[in-house]
Amino acid sequence: MLKINNLHVKLEEEDKRILKGVDLEVPAGKVHAIMGPNGSGKSTLSYVLSGRDGYEVTEGDATLDGEELLDMEPEERAAAGLFLAFQYPVEIPGVGNMTFLRTAVNAQRKARGEEEMSAADFLKFVRAKAKDLKIDADMLKRPVNVGFSGGEKKRNEILQMAMLEPKMCILDETDSGLDVDAMKLVSEGVNALRDEGRSFLVITHYQRLLDHIKPDVVHIMAAGRIVKSGGPELALEVENNGYADILAEIDA
Amino acid sequence: MSTAVKTQAGQISADARPASGAWAAEARTDAASRLAAMGLPTRRDEYWKWTRPDSLISAAPATAEVFDNQGEPLVFHEIDRLKLVFVDGVFDADASDDLEGEGLEIERLSTASEKDIHWAKDLYGVLETAGQTPVQSPLAVYNSAMATDGVVVRVTGKPTRPVSLIYRHEDSASDVILHHVIKVEEGATLTLLENGAAAARFNQVTEVDVAKGAEFHHVRAQGRDHDRQAITHIFARVDAEATFKSFTMTVNGKLTRNECVIDIIGDDAVAHIAGAALGDGAENEFHHDDTVFITHDAVACESRQVFKKVLKNGAKGVFQGKILVKPDAQKTDGYQKSQSLLLDDDASFQAKPELEIYADDVICSHGSTTGAIDEEALFYLRSRGVPTPIATDLLVLAFLADAIEEIEDEDIAAEVTGRLDAWLTRRRG
Repeated sequence: MLKINNLHVKLEEEDKRILKGVDLEVPAGKVHAIMGPNGSGKSTLSYVLSGRDGYEVTEGDATLDGEELLDMEPEERAAAGLFLAFQYPVEIPGVGNMTFLRTAVNAQRKARGEEEMSAADFLKFVRAKAKDLKIDADMLKRPVNVGFSGGEKKRNEILQMAMLEPKMCILDETDSGLDVDAMKLVSEGVNALRDEGRSFLVITHYQRLLDHIKPDVVHIMAAGRIVKSGGPELALEVENNGYADILAEIDA
Repeated sequence: MSTAVKTQAGQISADARPASGAWAAEARTDAASRLAAMGLPTRRDEYWKWTRPDSLISAAPATAEVFDNQGEPLVFHEIDRLKLVFVDGVFDADASDDLEGEGLEIERLSTASEKDIHWAKDLYGVLETAGQTPVQSPLAVYNSAMATDGVVVRVTGKPTRPVSLIYRHEDSASDVILHHVIKVEEGATLTLLENGAAAARFNQVTEVDVAKGAEFHHVRAQGRDHDRQAITHIFARVDAEATFKSFTMTVNGKLTRNECVIDIIGDDAVAHIAGAALGDGAENEFHHDDTVFITHDAVACESRQVFKKVLKNGAKGVFQGKILVKPDAQKTDGYQKSQSLLLDDDASFQAKPELEIYADDVICSHGSTTGAIDEEALFYLRSRGVPTPIATDLLVLAFLADAIEEIEDEDIAAEVTGRLDAWLTRRRG
């Protein structure tokens, strides 16, 4: 599904290298987690994959189902099936959440050469998905993320994911700012989307999210590279001992 | 005293005034002499620094191509309303509805001016004269002297449907001067709609007297005619516990200057004026100027100015707005917001927000900003698969939203939003 090969990235504006040769492959239907200390490049990886400005790829590539991702515009990546759940979902005053969702769903359908969804079908679709995530009608009417609590913003991200049905989902610290109940709700939303044709890359600091969203593989990222990969037990090791031991082991 | 205006060659003059009844003739003569004393605007005038008056004061207007709207229904076409149609500034009785409605008196200006005693006598040119302070508006004075047509509307009840002034432009050289007078009597309510290309060059004055406890709602659509050169003036007097609300959407237009002078004279009154303008200078020039003066001369009144402009490809926006709070106007709540969204580096916006406050117990503020599209929001939308042009238009509509929110009637507000959306979509092609 997602293949990242020797990816090197620096900031566009300054001579600061952030990713220094990331290699990663997430097969279809799998959930991979990336953990790592602050500043290791986790969020940068998610932004570069989704096409945010401000970064320069100096080496390497990334493909989604064989398609070169890094040449595409962000909207093309989305239409190709990539989805990033933002760590800090953006507030857009003046744009109703429902308008936003409908515009996004129909833009992607159009890009894929499918019929746009009728207003009635869309309404039915969004209501069903919203109900699962305990998103009420009021949240759908309000401007995108404006005045939403931390938990509401993250649920809204998962709602978008559920509506857009991407094949590759990147979750950037979706657990940050969530209480236990909200984390459970969000995780259930993610788990409901797990499917053999859909892959997940879950970026997190903490093992606790991975109690709810069980990963197949856990990667440790440090200093702009994947330094260690293993099974779910690797996350437990981090939780118990921190990153120091693992990093020391690698340096040695 | 001579009433002849000393005019310069090649400029408009108020010498040859239209024939009218006695009181109107007197008002016109008075206006002509005021104009003689004042002179036409020049670029040296403080409030004409950013908008060149030249094309508005030249003896003959530049020709304006009659706009082909390619069958698009006119704005407000789905709103049930009483229609009054002007074709190149001439009232068209056949195309208009009957001049009557429940709680309404409507007459042509010419008919009203021939009656010896008429309520319009106490307003025609009177509110305009009062509105020459704090800042002179010579082209409104010129209008009072020279207006060729218009309607006078008196509202005594709460008509069930809006009065709708519909302008049609058929003559590429028409030079139109319209003057409307509106009196909303105590406790009465009127919604006034205006739309349509009016003329090659258009000078309009609307005098509005909103009596105690009355409500006046005004929604105007300017566009999509490209060659328009227009100067419009609203002079409003707002009495105690009354509500005055005016919203204008503007699309295209070589030169549009909308002036509004509001005098709040009674306690606990509310006056809101708002505008949303979309300007793209790619094919035609676009220059849009909102010049607004609100005077608070009563206690505990609220005023709002909410002006939004979206500009690109060399389009120019101007905002000049003032809140004047007189010494006795305690508990005034005044807010002025003028914002522009510049979609590229070629567009420009100039703003002069002014507060002049002589009372000590007031809340008054202003916010004038110029900005670009929010890149974070744009990326967020794109990351969801929304292509940049559609995402940009969504953000443009969002930017205009709080001006549109000033329209109280939901159906009319929806019509305005729908039009702006449709026009943006059309431009995307």
